[in-house]
Amino acid sequence: MKTPIYMDYNATTPVDPRVFEAMRPYFCEIYGNAASRTHAFGWTAEEAVDGARAQLASLIGAHPKEIIFTSGATESNNLAIKGVASMYADRGDHIITVTTEHKAVLDSCKALERDGKRVTYLSVNEQGFIDPQQVADAIEEGTILVSVMTANNEIGVIQPIREIGEICREKGVVFHSDAVQAVGKVPFNVEEMNVDLVSMSAHKMYGPKGVGALYVRRRRPRVRLTSLIDGGGHERGMRSGTLNVPGIVGFGAAAEICAEEMSAEIDRTRGLRDRLHAGLSAELADLSINGDLERGLPGTLNISFAYVEGESLVMGINDVAVSSGSACTSASLEPSYVLKALGVGDEMAHSSIRFGIGRFTTEAEVDHVVDRVVGVVNRLRELSPLWEMVQEGIDLSTVQWASH
Amino acid sequence: MAYSDKVIEHYNNPRNVGSMDKSDDSVGTGVVGAPECGDVMKLQIKVNEEGIIEDARFKTFGCGSAIASSSLATEWVKGKTVEEAAEIRNTEIVEELSLPPIKIHCSVLAEDAIKAALADWREKQGLDQKSDTA
Repeated sequence: MKTPIYMDYNATTPVDPRVFEAMRPYFCEIYGNAASRTHAFGWTAEEAVDGARAQLASLIGAHPKEIIFTSGATESNNLAIKGVASMYADRGDHIITVTTEHKAVLDSCKALERDGKRVTYLSVNEQGFIDPQQVADAIEEGTILVSVMTANNEIGVIQPIREIGEICREKGVVFHSDAVQAVGKVPFNVEEMNVDLVSMSAHKMYGPKGVGALYVRRRRPRVRLTSLIDGGGHERGMRSGTLNVPGIVGFGAAAEICAEEMSAEIDRTRGLRDRLHAGLSAELADLSINGDLERGLPGTLNISFAYVEGESLVMGINDVAVSSGSACTSASLEPSYVLKALGVGDEMAHSSIRFGIGRFTTEAEVDHVVDRVVGVVNRLRELSPLWEMVQEGIDLSTVQWASH
Repeated sequence: MAYSDKVIEHYNNPRNVGSMDKSDDSVGTGVVGAPECGDVMKLQIKVNEEGIIEDARFKTFGCGSAIASSSLATEWVKGKTVEEAAEIRNTEIVEELSLPPIKIHCSVLAEDAIKAALADWREKQGLDQKSDTA
């Protein structure tokens, strides 16, 4: 087993070697500009892009023409939200989203608020879910867009997208979902989900970085967007710029592999995730799951190790790559806003670790991570005044802390 | 984030971890910080009849820099008089551990923990506290 062990698949994934092989010819040999109409170099490149477009469309049950390639999901989210706000400005100025969305969604909404739009941020319950009824209640006369992520990047919970989509469809409001963490990992079909716009990213599904896509519904209803990037009128005028042919080819290949192997991969990653959870639970007391394993991504495990601070834990398990919701791992000294939104208390956010399991994770790696985490948590609890107080029978919630 | 070698060294081999009897009159205990802020330090000193800190112990819930700052603080107060210990400044801890700006609060907390332990000891001795109440 090689160390360090990568267990941060929600942050990014390695490119699958099969994807890399598919991309390889498109650097030095097939290098044409897909927009060149006058020669074979361009035609071959365009064919490759069309093939990838079909592969990605097939993964989500869309028509190839409904796929707009972008530089990544941050751009896709910006294009969806700002593009709708601008295109439908004469219909209204109100947007509905959720407090636990990715920053690319929240910051796009904040930018629109500075331009005078109104945004409602729905709050989530203790597991991180919204109730579709909250969306129904928040929709008003001037609502033009609802944006709710499919699966959360930090805690993995999967929102009731289909039900929210039904409500939006009924009320005639455009529905966008940031499905970066879900597409390729769990079944996602644009018709079943009643979505109009879907953000996707190649590098979260074993494709290359620097490529994303936005699904834009063409029929029932046809969704229109104001472009953010103007130029040659590529991608049906919604996103100009020379296409990243090798990246797009990689995205397509990645999508096809995900579609073929999805059901086996779900079982395998869930098995490993459950093995990790069981291993930690068998050895350590006072763990709490952030999110919901039943209704979450198969490979995501977000756990708080009470009385141990997350960054010190990450520092201890230095041959394992994971991420923490601890304040100390961010530049702002604020703990994860997603975990704070669950209302579980800042101290649990400070003690949280996100394990992201994926295609290349092995049982041996999981077992090694269990050993390392158990050892370090036990060591840090011996060092923790909170653990000591709890062992003495003190209820921490009754302690008067001297703030600093 | 890259840690300095000294922070890593203290994190891997923390000095003076443990607890002393809080009810002992020669022991001063300081607990500073709060769990929701991500750091809690408990620092204890045992002061002999000459006013010299002959032992110190700590326990810390916090990041590597917080653990290192409190570990260093116990090392530094040992052997000092209570007056000398009150002179330890967070800036010295920052310098010794090469803490980046974002970790300065860890050193401030360690200084506060020393002061709180001294104040507790003074109170137990029935001494005037005005000289080092932070």
